[in-house]
This record gives sequence, C-alpha cells and structure tokens, in this order.
Amino acid sequence: MALNVGCAAAPGRARDNRTGSWRVFKPTFRHETCTKCGLCETVCPEGCVKEREDGYFDPDYDYCKGCGLCAEECPADDIEMAQEEK
Amino acid sequence: MMEILEGSHAVAEAVRLCRPQVVSAYPITPQTHIVEALASMVADCRLDAEYICVESEFSALSSCLGASAAGSRVYSATTSQGLALMFEVCFNVAGMRQPIVMTIANRALGAPLNIWNDQQDSISLRDAGWMQCYAEDNQEATDLHFITYRVAEDHNVLLPAMVCFDGYTLTHTYEPVDLPTQEEIDAFLPPFKPYNTLDAKKPMSLGMYATPDYYMEFRYEIDEAMKRAKQAFAHAGREFAGQFGRDYSGLVEGYRLEDADTAFVAMGSLCGTVKDAIDEMRADGMKVGLLKIRTFRPFPSAEIRKALSGVSRVAVLDKNVSLGQKGAVALEVKDAVYGSGIDVFDYIIALGGRDVRKSDIRTIAGLAEKGIGDQYYGLRMEVL
Amino acid sequence: MQAFVRFSDEKIRLRSQVYEPDYIIVQDSTLIRDVDVFGGMKTGGIAIVNTEKSLHAAVPEGVKLITIDATGIALEKLGVPITNTTLIGAFAAATGEISLSAVEKALLNRFPGKLGEKNVAAARHSYDLIRGEA
Repeated sequence: MALNVGCAAAPGRARDNRTGSWRVFKPTFRHETCTKCGLCETVCPEGCVKEREDGYFDPDYDYCKGCGLCAEECPADDIEMAQEEK
Repeated sequence: MMEILEGSHAVAEAVRLCRPQVVSAYPITPQTHIVEALASMVADCRLDAEYICVESEFSALSSCLGASAAGSRVYSATTSQGLALMFEVCFNVAGMRQPIVMTIANRALGAPLNIWNDQQDSISLRDAGWMQCYAEDNQEATDLHFITYRVAEDHNVLLPAMVCFDGYTLTHTYEPVDLPTQEEIDAFLPPFKPYNTLDAKKPMSLGMYATPDYYMEFRYEIDEAMKRAKQAFAHAGREFAGQFGRDYSGLVEGYRLEDADTAFVAMGSLCGTVKDAIDEMRADGMKVGLLKIRTFRPFPSAEIRKALSGVSRVAVLDKNVSLGQKGAVALEVKDAVYGSGIDVFDYIIALGGRDVRKSDIRTIAGLAEKGIGDQYYGLRMEVL
Repeated sequence: MQAFVRFSDEKIRLRSQVYEPDYIIVQDSTLIRDVDVFGGMKTGGIAIVNTEKSLHAAVPEGVKLITIDATGIALEKLGVPITNTTLIGAFAAATGEISLSAVEKALLNRFPGKLGEKNVAAARHSYDLIRGEA
C-alpha cells in the first residue's frame, strides 16, 4: 500500500474493526431486574450498548469486547458475565 | 512602496498581502503587535479573513490545523512559551502536511521568566518538521512570508514554515520597508491549492494511526519533503528576486568570505552587527567574513561546506544552547564541515537579550584565532 | 526601560544598544540619582530631561542640558502624564535633527483623529518652548 500524504484515510475504520472477536467473557442482559436506568449504555467504553424500542438495553456483540464494566456497574445486578465458547 | 514601519507592522502587512483566509493566534510579547494589527485589519475589512480568538496557543495552532485541512490558507504567530505550548500541535501540523506559515518573534524561554530575544524557542522546535527561516532585518522578515507560503504550499513540499525574526531587535524596531503591492503579490503567490481537503461530502481523516509497519515510512517521507524544500526555496527565491530585485534564493549567504581565514556563522539580526564589525576588522587588515544561515530547516549542509571551504576556522554565534551539549547551530555546522579539517568553535551569546557589540565580535575573532572556543561568551563571572 | 534610535541615510545594520549617544532623553529625572544616564555622551551632545524643577545634574563637559516640564505639558494638552510625544517636540527643537512637520505627520499617522491632534498640540508646545529658549 502506498502511503497517503499526511496519513490521510477514509473514515469509519474503527467500525470496520469488529472488536467483538476479542471477547472472552460475554455479557448477557437478562432484562429481569432491569429498571431501564441506562447506566450500561453510559459506561460502555465501546459505545455499543443501545436502547431498544421497549426501553430495555442490549449490547452489540459485533463490537462488545466483554470488558464487563456494564455488569460491574449495573445497580440491579441484571447483567451476567460468562465465558464464551468459541 | 518604501515606508518606515515597525517590524511587527511590516510583517502584519506582508501577511495581509498573502491573503490568509484564517488567522488564529494568542497574543504574547513580543509578538503582540503583529496579531493586534491583523485583528484590526480583519475588523476594518482590510483583510478578508476569519480571525479566530482562542484561549491559548495550543488552541490557536489547533484551529489553524483544522482550517488548513479544510483548505484555507492559514496564518499564526507566536514566541517563546507560546511556541512551547504548541509543541504537540507543531508535530501534528507537519505530520498532516499542512502548509501553515507562522511567524516566530524569537524570545528566550523560561524559567527564569525573560521576555527578551534569543533563538532558543524556535531552535527547540527544529525537529518538528517545520521549515525555519531567520530574518536579518525587517525587509527580509517581510519578504520571507511571501516566499515561505510559496514553498510550503508547493505540492512537492507540503510542509509548514516558521519565519523567525528577533523579538524587539526586529519586532519593535522601525525601519524602511519596501512593501509590494497586492497585485505584485497576487502575481507571485497564487491562491492556495490544497493537496487534499476535508470535505463532508467526501469524508476523510488526516493523521491517522500508523503502526510500526508504517510509521517510519511516514517520517521518512516528511524528511524527503524537507529536503525537496531546499530546491523549492531556491526556486521561489529566484523568482522573487526576478520580480522584486531582492534575492533570498540562497539558503546561506556569505559576506566578505573571499580569502577569509576566520568565518563567523550566525542567524538573524545579529548578522547586521557582525557585518559592521567585519568591515572594521577588514579595514584593520583582518581576514574575516560571515556566513549567514537563512534556513535552519532544511539545514543547508552542502551549501555551508562549500561556502566555508576556504577558511581555516569558524566561529559560530549561537543564540541558544542545547543544555549539556553546545549550541545547536555549531553542532550542525560541525557536522556539515566534518572531515574538512576546519576548526569549528562555538560561542553561546546574547541569551535572554544580552546585548552584542561590534567589539564583542572582534574579541570573539581573537578567541577563535587562539583556538579558544566552545564556551559562553560574555558571562558575568562576578554574579556566579 | 531603555530605548535606542539610530538615524542615517545609509542602511543601518548595527543592532547593538547605543553606548555613546549624541542625544539622550530622560523621561523621569529621578533616574539620574541611580543611573549614569549621561554615560558615553561627548562634547556637543544634548541631554533633554523631563523635570518641573531646575536641575543641577553633573553632565559631561560640553554636553548641553535642557530641562522641560514635559509631564506638566502632557497633563495640560493630553490629560495624561504620558510624555513621549511632548519630548519628541522638545527633541526636534533642541537638535534640529527632525522637523516639527515630520513629527506632526508621524503623530497623526500613529494616532489618527482627535488623539493625534492633541499629541500634535503637546509636541508643538514643547517645540515652541525650547525654540523660544534657544
């Protein structure tokens, strides 16, 4: 690949990188004790937790790295981390 | 038209003639009069530019970087601590290959706080990928802006440039300056043609992430562009000379070097004092001359080697010091003449605005002849 | 604070301070107690000192001492104790190196409008005063 002057590149490269494959522990959003507070969406470093139409939240597993922050911070203990079979 | 102008105002007029579309700067002594004048020009509609007021030099150069990437001809000015605050952005501007021109009103760096002139500030940014020119007088400071915009925006170069002129000694001194007309500068400096432009319709990122597999190659390419800048500078200088009669095509300039035994090497306004001292010493039969370095980056090694080929010794006057080593100019001159057998002596001089007289230059010539050098010149031993 | 000026019809390359002045202007006479303001002056030199009192300073031999109450004139003409332009008028009169009309032109260029006119009045007043004494 020839270098571009000024290291110019098309945008969106972060999105091309599907970081979900990095995951060891996978969060499961149980939606049982969830109060729809949205803290999981706020704390997700990857920005991949999104609100659904019914107000519950789900992670985008294409990008979720399994860091577990959402599970750690969930005030209702509604997110479970479990090792993922690959 | 010849006018008596303060150096800062002459530079501001030169910048106006270059038609920058965006100006962003933070006022700092002794650069203040430049940006004050430009702000007035924008307010009075003498300059059709966006003047972006910011809260720091970091923001000033950051907004310049964005504006340049969006396709504007951009200008800034700073000095000393302000330039130090821009350190990170300076590398980004060069790495993203944005041809910003910035005036440096050379001033000492703190601590201790000192607002007077030396060249430590810009010299400390020598590795940032910016071209650096040093002006001897206000005419040269004025003209170098026209030339550096041409060189910086050349698609074979695409690098930012600092036009350095000495704080107070030049910025605050009134001198006759021949200002070109707008038509003349329009003929010399065509509108900016960006190489690539940030455009929401064709999205692009600049200065992306480069892994170890690519980073070195990017640095190499900036270095190569800097080397190509030598030719571009000489070419633009020749064209400028053809149009205006003032010749800045040499990256170095000799003064009475023919048959000289001792050559001084200096940059900036000090060259004028050295020239006067040389005339006096020549009248007394001393074979002395001066090599003025106009562009410190790209560094004109080959030109220096050629120009100094006939001398026995070189006395470099460094208005900076790489603490724990020597002055930066001497080190590079030594590199340039390495293997020639010419002695290179370094004199750290005029730090923080310490005055230099013709008699000092004569004393240094004597020291160099005795082989005494690589020292601070003019230290006040009584206060140590 | 010190500032230096050189005049010449030739290009001036020398950037050092002036150590042997032909003329000096002392804006604040209290400096004379602490600083050798007349140092380096020679016969034929002129020292212009801003003071409202008569001054008995020891000037070098052959140096002409001129005193002027520039602060008083500036207060009267400008309303502020900024004496530069008043002293420029005195300098023009005492030395003849620059004409009053050149001073006036420069002042109007530097301070357009009313401010320029006030400064011209201050410079002209001191010019006439010194010329009258001469």
